[in-house]
Amino acid sequence: MINVIWLAMILIGVGVAAIRCLGITVTPLGIYLAPTFEPLSQLTNGIFEYAKFAVELAIGLVGIMALWLGIMKIAEKSGLITVIARGLRPVMVRLFPDIPPEHPAMGSTIMALSATMLGLGNASTPLGLKAFQDMQTLNKHKDIATNAQCTFMALSTSSVTIIPATIIGIRSAAGSSNPTEIIAPVIVATVVSTTVALIMTKILQRLPRFQVENYIEENTEEETHEES
Amino acid sequence: MKNLKGKIILFSILGLLIACFALFSFVSVMQVISVLAIPLIIVIIPLYGYFKGVKVYEVFTDGAKEGFQVALRIIPFLVAIFLAISAFRSSGAMDLLSWILSPITSRIGMPGEVIPMALMRPLSGSGALGIMSELIKTHGADSYIGRLVSIMMGSTETTFYILAVYFGSINVKQTRHALPAALTADLAGIIASVVICQIIFG
Repeated sequence: MINVIWLAMILIGVGVAAIRCLGITVTPLGIYLAPTFEPLSQLTNGIFEYAKFAVELAIGLVGIMALWLGIMKIAEKSGLITVIARGLRPVMVRLFPDIPPEHPAMGSTIMALSATMLGLGNASTPLGLKAFQDMQTLNKHKDIATNAQCTFMALSTSSVTIIPATIIGIRSAAGSSNPTEIIAPVIVATVVSTTVALIMTKILQRLPRFQVENYIEENTEEETHEES
Repeated sequence: MKNLKGKIILFSILGLLIACFALFSFVSVMQVISVLAIPLIIVIIPLYGYFKGVKVYEVFTDGAKEGFQVALRIIPFLVAIFLAISAFRSSGAMDLLSWILSPITSRIGMPGEVIPMALMRPLSGSGALGIMSELIKTHGADSYIGRLVSIMMGSTETTFYILAVYFGSINVKQTRHALPAALTADLAGIIASVVICQIIFG
């Protein structure tokens, strides 16, 4: 998917520049051509300028990423995630009614979502994978997602973000006078998206179209097709 | 005992927040939260770590070491996406696209320039990060577009990637309502970003 988009953007860009090189002007008196190489040389300059900018931006990001990852390492080592997880437990038990409260899946789910909230990035993906594996032990049909897995998925892609560190870093590297001014708006926007995610999963999981039974039938049909 | 202390701290923060919203306008509360977030975090987390017996200085530097790798790791992705974006923009194709789309998007206050990022976001995190950086460079970090893409980037996720990784890891092939629910949430995040950005910075 990304391969096609990437290539298409380059082709469209060069194509548009090439057409503009013809210098077509349409007037009531007729169509005039004034060929020029200007658009294509602009394109070349633009490409080189941005390649340079990519490195400048990444280097500008080093300091803030180091700062943030240092702070987050302390949060990780001190067990702060466990504390937050404990606080979230009563809410989570209600959000995941299919997981028994004492099942290991509940613990790993809470840990993973807490880490996502803190913006732990690299640390939250393994926790998410662990949560998914634990939830899978409760799954009766191993190749069909459970309600709990779908809810978890929607929650982790819409999760409330407290500090969007990378974005603050990029804003700072690009010379913003107030790189952190977006923190509160991001919190509010993610609260909205998380609420929508929850409502959507609760509505969709009741729809006849998304019932587990449908997928069992589809599966057997596909299998018979393959056999014949 | 420790749990109780944590609860007291949590509730006092929440109480303070509610009191602030009652006393001041939404915009000024938003500004205060944004200003206070980082100072609070750099006090609370190391202090908590210290009382838990973590060697805060050493652990900090240990974590900070990774900062360089994280920043360097994104360079190839940035160069790749910048190649496509700069070809697309400096040729005038971007202007054409945003001109075509702006009648639709301007109704919700979203400038046409932002559309490519909104489309890229669920597919590729580094791709969207590249588009965001490019828009920030072109329009300025403190412009309306610069702020809007920052908020949008922070409040949405690489949904397709996460879906593939998580469900792929346990061999689930039928993802049922996970994708529609997650994509609706992303859309809600984008619309919420636009609305909030207009209220605060518009």
